[in-house]
Order: sequence, then C-alpha cells, then structure tokens
Amino acid sequence: MEQFISFIPGILSGLQMTVLVFLLTLIGSIPIGILVAIGMRSEYFVLRWIINAYIWIMRGTPLLLQLIFIYYGLSMVGITFSRFDAAIFAFIINYAAYLAEIFRGGLQAIPQGQLAAAQVLGLSKSQSFFRIILPQVIKIIVPPFGNEVINLVKDTSLIYVIGLGDILRAGSIAASREVTLIPYLIVGVLYLLMTGFVTVLLRQSEKKLNRWR
Amino acid sequence: MIQIQNLTKQFGDKTIFKNLSLTLDDGEILTVMGPSGIGKTTLIKVLTGLEEAQSGTITIENEQFPVGTPQVSKQFALIFQDFNLFPHLTVKENIELAPKIVKKADQPSITQKTSELLRKLNITEQANLYPYQLSGGQKQRVAIARALAMEPQVIIYDEPTSGLDEQSTRQVESIMLQLKKEGVSQLVVTHDLPFEKTISDRTFDFTKEVSK
Repeated sequence: MEQFISFIPGILSGLQMTVLVFLLTLIGSIPIGILVAIGMRSEYFVLRWIINAYIWIMRGTPLLLQLIFIYYGLSMVGITFSRFDAAIFAFIINYAAYLAEIFRGGLQAIPQGQLAAAQVLGLSKSQSFFRIILPQVIKIIVPPFGNEVINLVKDTSLIYVIGLGDILRAGSIAASREVTLIPYLIVGVLYLLMTGFVTVLLRQSEKKLNRWR
Repeated sequence: MIQIQNLTKQFGDKTIFKNLSLTLDDGEILTVMGPSGIGKTTLIKVLTGLEEAQSGTITIENEQFPVGTPQVSKQFALIFQDFNLFPHLTVKENIELAPKIVKKADQPSITQKTSELLRKLNITEQANLYPYQLSGGQKQRVAIARALAMEPQVIIYDEPTSGLDEQSTRQVESIMLQLKKEGVSQLVVTHDLPFEKTISDRTFDFTKEVSK
C-alpha cells in the first residue's frame, strides 16, 4: 500500500500535464481547423495550394517527428520554444489539419439550398454560417471528431520525446524505480477513464443533436 | 405594382435572357411557363439576389432601383422547390429566425406575428416540430409562413406543386388565393397546367416573350 501511495504524486502531476495539453490543443485546433476548412473552399488558388501543402505535411509525417522538428529543429535556425510551448504548438497545428479535413467533409455535406434560403431571407454571410451552416456541420462531424478527440487523449503521451512529463512518463519512471508494473496498470486505468469520459460526453451531444434530422 | 425592366443575364458568352421586362400588379398571380433550361430559375435567382444580372431595373412603389440591390432583393421572397427549411430549427424557429436577426424586430411583435402566421397557414399544432416530422404539404406551408414573416412585396414559387399530393396541392392553391385577396403579388414558375389554370391571373410565356 505504501508503495502504491508513493506512485500517486508523480502520476497526478503527469495527469495534470496530459489534461492541460489535451485541453489547450482542443481550444487551439478547433477554430484553426474551421478557418482552414473555409480556406480550402477559397477561390484563390494560392491560398488553396498553401493549405493543401500544410495538410499534406501535417498528415503525411508522424506527430512525433513534428514535435522533434519544432523543438529541436527550429532552435537550430534561431526559433526557440519552451518545451511546453513547442508541444502545444505542434499539437495544435497537427490536430488543426486533421480537424480541417473533418470540417471540410461536414461543409460539403450541407446542401447548397440551405445557404440560398438563408441569403434570400436576408441573412449576412456570417449569420448564415453561424446560425445555419455550422449547427448542421456539427451534427455531421460529431462521430469523426470524437475519434480524433480520443486519439488526442492517447497522443499526448508523445510529449515525452521533448522531455515533458506526462502521465505515461510518470508511470514509466515509477515502474523503473520500484521494479513493478503496477504504475503502468494505474496509467492504463486513467487513460481508460479519460477516454471513457470523453466518449460519454460525445454520446450525450450526439443524443442531443438527434432531436432533428 | 412592381415593374421589372430590361433585365439581361449572361453566363460568359451565353445570353440567358436579354431586355426581359414584366410587370406584376398588387394581388396578381403571374405564372411563368416555358421548357426546362430556358432561364426561369435564373430569373428567380436574379430577382431574389442569388445571381447577379448584367443590367436591369426594378420599380417598386414608383421608386426605381438597379436589380440586385438589397432594397430590391428583400422585396422578393422565394419558396424553393424542395422548401429548404432549416432542419435544426423547429417550425416556429424557422419562421422567427429572419425577423429576429435580420429585421431585429422586438420579441413580442415577432411572437404575435408568428402566431398569426401559424394560424393562417394551419400549422399551429406543428409549431414545435422539426421539419423532418412534417409532411410535404406542411413543409410547403412552413416555407410560405417563413417567407411571409419578412413581409415581402412579392412571393416567388419555384414549382410549388411538384412532389405534392392532390390534397396538399389544393391547400397550396387555397393559400395562394387567400394571399391574393390580401393584395400579395405572387410569381409562380410551374409546369403543372391544371394548377396554372386554377390560380393564374396571367401567364408569362418565356419562349414567346424573351429574346436571347
């Protein structure tokens, strides 16, 4: 029991870091993802080209490599980040690219007539987007968005590569120190609780959105 | 009276219509007929501001405006062929949205107007339902109520009877005739000849009257 209690402070501190990276990534990547998705439909070829290149790079290379590049690579050309800022920056630009693709799919699924109806009623472009298009897009994207959010919970463990202490790293340190697998077991249970909590939240929003079709 | 004068619309080199002119009296139901692809839908889009025209003016209450200006477009309401109700809003919310956020009317007057429209179009019982819970005829009536809530000068219908059964078609006819009595001008694009015979005061034949 004493041994068990000794794991707790380290794991709790790791948990705090995991939750912080998770929340800040979501807060940053959702609006950027929406803007990128809107930009993908722009009439300006150059903007579309830049966005497509960005998405290709973000989705075409491992997040682990992006973390290393942003923290260690950019410092070689004079751009330095703290470990935490580098992690948040890398996660936000990576997840914004994935979310942009999901939002793009949602936007494409909305019939053109919805925008036309809003326009004929005199709604401005922003009113049409926020009042008519976005609520319908949200309903469509909840399942794929949920997958990404659950992936994000687990991907936060990658921050160990730039020396940040997340929950998995805390468990790993405790396991090596005490020569036992119990910390890993605790970490596994905590991941399950986090993804379980996110799943319940997503199911509830799906249920709420199912009031209309 | 509404006068549409010298309306010209081109897509690139292709002229859809040139110098199209028509008038619409208060309380008149004008049907626009012609084969598919001749430009009827484009005319609707131009009048409602969904498409820009190369030239043309519209005179409303003796004041002339270039076509496509917001003052003109807001005078034309459109009932889409597939209604285009907003699926995430209830019937009541569909009707109230534009008066609330475009007209910025006060809530008591919006509530009163909505109740009147729900009653008039016989959809009071459906006020809190979502569009997917309605029949085709009910959706049509909600679309009309939503358009009327913005108090336009003209209501335009794009194939209003397509996909409706006999009973719903009769209901639409009766609503249109009731609106006519109230002085609302209506422009109807339709291929439905029996329907046209029942409701039309005048027919605008696109093939004969429009030059390309």
